[in-house]
Order: sequence, then structure tokens, then C-alpha cells
Amino acid sequence: MQLSTKHLLGIRDLSAKDIQLILDTATQFKEVLQRPIKKVPSLRDVTIVNLFYENSTRTRISFELAEKRLSADTINFTASGSSVSKGETLLDTVNNILSMKVDIVVMRHSASGAPHFLAKHIPAVIVNAGDGINEHPTQALLDAFSIREKLGTLEGKKVAIIGDIMHSRVALSNIYLLQKMGAEVTVAGPPTLIPKYIRESFNVNVEYDVKKALRWCDVANVLRIQLERQNQVLFSSLREYSLAFGINKKMLDDIGKEIYIMHPGPINRGVEIDSDVADSSQSLILDQVENGVAVRMAVLYLLAGNRDYE
Amino acid sequence: MVTILDTYQFDLTLRRLTHQLIENHYPFTDTCFIGLQPRGIQVSEKIIGYMRELYPELTIKYGKLDITFYRDDHRAGLHVPTETEIPFSVENKNIVLIDDVLYTGRTIRAAMDALVDYGRPAKVELAILIDRKYNRQLPIQPDYCGKAIDSTITQKVKVLWDEAPKVVLY
Repeated sequence: MQLSTKHLLGIRDLSAKDIQLILDTATQFKEVLQRPIKKVPSLRDVTIVNLFYENSTRTRISFELAEKRLSADTINFTASGSSVSKGETLLDTVNNILSMKVDIVVMRHSASGAPHFLAKHIPAVIVNAGDGINEHPTQALLDAFSIREKLGTLEGKKVAIIGDIMHSRVALSNIYLLQKMGAEVTVAGPPTLIPKYIRESFNVNVEYDVKKALRWCDVANVLRIQLERQNQVLFSSLREYSLAFGINKKMLDDIGKEIYIMHPGPINRGVEIDSDVADSSQSLILDQVENGVAVRMAVLYLLAGNRDYE
Repeated sequence: MVTILDTYQFDLTLRRLTHQLIENHYPFTDTCFIGLQPRGIQVSEKIIGYMRELYPELTIKYGKLDITFYRDDHRAGLHVPTETEIPFSVENKNIVLIDDVLYTGRTIRAAMDALVDYGRPAKVELAILIDRKYNRQLPIQPDYCGKAIDSTITQKVKVLWDEAPKVVLY
């Protein structure tokens, strides 16, 4: 058994079998993380560079922890404080790092397609840790892992993705993944934040009433309003957004069934989600973070085992 | 294809191993048995089953260990991990590792590495159904052995677990 791809650029390139393999492997890594010694020697001969051109807390720490738990050597690179500010190009930066013999590059970039560009030009294995508004594959995998852990399977489950669909790489990766695994997807939010042709292109349900979406789903994945990517006014104010589309405890009590709430973080408390929801027993937010390490360990382990050796 | 152990001998051997383990470890207060995933599980479950039949009043601690992440042939191809379940502390315990076939010794090396990540056992022993002598690549020998055989590297030993279990060499 091995992955059908050499890189992890997006969920789009993975088969249902690949996803299954990653999630099953992650289950075993989660067990490793419960042990007194949370470390295995699998990747002791592998060097990994974390290349972060965009801010990140969870993803970067989670990847770094996953690499350390697998005994890999790691180098961290953030664009601020590096020669990027002197005008060095992406390809030059990476080639320079690679000449120091690096096997795997974990990359986050604000430009969609940046990891695909790198994969074409350099021999290392590329793992996409989020590229612009395209994909964030490891987030979708850990979301799926968290759902599977609670509900047993993804097949036939109903997942609502709520909020800023337009600017979200988490939404896109989640849609690809959930559909490949046989789950049903509804996207919900204000019309200005939902791409016009998403229903036709991705075969998802579109709902502009958040309450209806909540009543329909088993799991609601609430997304952050990505103000940094919005260059025009798409809703009048955060307060108004919160009143119409924010998730609060009363809404959850009113729907008359227990659903799970997820959020990829960072949370804007009081905007897309209220504190009493984010901190409730229905919230999987911290489980998602915990599972993130196990899922990333699985991804790195499987990709490292898939490299060509001459 | 040569039969190493036919169904009758196979059962006899498993029962002998069981009695040898009882002889050295009764009443199992400080002993834990660990089967190695994936193929050591059937052997170990059989042995533990016989033990529990003989001493239903005693608690016999039994776990399963997966060694995938500790292998040294990670580059030669992927192995898919299976479940590890060790529901007890191994600290200061006598641990008996159980596997079906001892060949190069590399699996046992990995198992010992995996085991010490759970704590520091007082003693580690190895029980094996079939010992393929003269094929060792590491200095590892079994403490309990079902049957030792001579074989070449081109041959394979297989434990068949159908209705009439047996061990064959081909």
C-alpha cells in the first residue's frame, strides 16, 4: 500500500484510497502520541524544511511537532527576517535551501499554485500547508479525521461549511475530500462570500440561511472571515455579519438535535462563532488541533516512504 | 512444499510452549505477554488462550505491539501500520515477546526499540514458533522455541491458519 502521488499539493490529486490510507495511518500515530515516549524513529534519515511565506500558528507548530515526533531533522523558515525581503525569488530561495540536502519541503504561500510551481522545478517532495485561496489539504484531512473519530465514518454524513467560502482554501479542500469519501456538502453564508458557480462546478448544496444549514447537517465547519484577502466590501460590517451569519448557542439549542461544530482557527470570537459555542461540549475545535499532529505525521511518513531512491 | 508441523504437531508444539512459559512465569504477577503484529498475534492468542483455560482464576496480562514505525527498511517499501494495544505498564515487568517466525532478527530488534518507548522492562524474553537457524543478521536468539529448522534464503516459511493449521516450507 502506498500513496498514488509523490507530493501532497491538494486533495484534488488524491484518490479515496489515498485518503483512507492517510486517515488509517493517522489513527496509529494518534496512539503513539498517547504514549509516555511520544516519538518514533521512522524518519531519522529525513530532513524537512518548513517554508512559511504567510503567518501561521497552528499549522506551523503542528507540522514542526509532527516532524520532531517522527525524528526528522527540521529547519524553519519564515519570510520575514529572511533574504526574501532583499528580493530573492521563491525558486532561488528554495534551490539554495535544497543545495543543503533537504528531502521534504512543507510550504505555505499567499499565492495559489506556488507549491505546484515548486513541484515542477525542484526534486524534493512538496507538502502544501496552504496556498492562497486554493487548497489546505492537511486541514481537510484532519477535519475528516475528527469527523470520522466522532461519527465512525464519512460516508453519507452531512457537513455544512459556513462562512467565507470565497476566500477559503479550507473550504475547497474540504469539499474535495468530503465528496471523495461519500459525504454530502452544503455551503452556507452571505451570497457575496459564496462563489457564483459553486453549485454547478462542485455539485454542492448552497444555502443562504445559516439556521437551515444547521438543521440539515451532522457537522458544521465554521470558517473565519478572511479580511486579509478581501479587497472590496462584501458585507457592511462585522457586527452585521455576526447578527445574520454568526453561530450562537441559541441557534444550536433551537435546531433540536446535537450537531458537532468545527473551526479551522484562528477564531474571531463574536464574529463567525460565539464563545459559548466555541467552548461548548459540541465543539471539536481543540480535538481538531490535537488530531492535526497525528494526521501530519501520517502524511509525512507516507510521502517519505514514497520517495525514489537511486 | 514440505510440511514442518502438521496439525497435530502444531497443536502439541503450541501447548509445549504454553507449559514452558507457565513453568518460568507462574503465577504471572510480574509477567506480561506481548504478541507482535501482524503475524505473531495468532500464535500469541492461541498460547494465551491455553493459559487462560488452565488458570481461569489468574489475570494474564496480554498486549499487541505494532513495530512498523521502528523498522529499518522504511526505504525498501511502505508497511501499513496495525493496532498497538498495551493496556498495562511495562515498567519493571518481565516481558515475553511472541512471534511466529524468527528469521533475520530485525523484527525483534525493532520490537525491542518499540517496547522501551513504553517504559523500562525488568527483563525481555522471546518466544517463537519457528526458528530459521543460520539466517540471522543480528545477535538475537529465542528463549522459547517451537521448532528450529534449516532453510535457505530462497525458501519461505508459512504458518497456515485455516481449519487444519500447519506450518509449511516452500
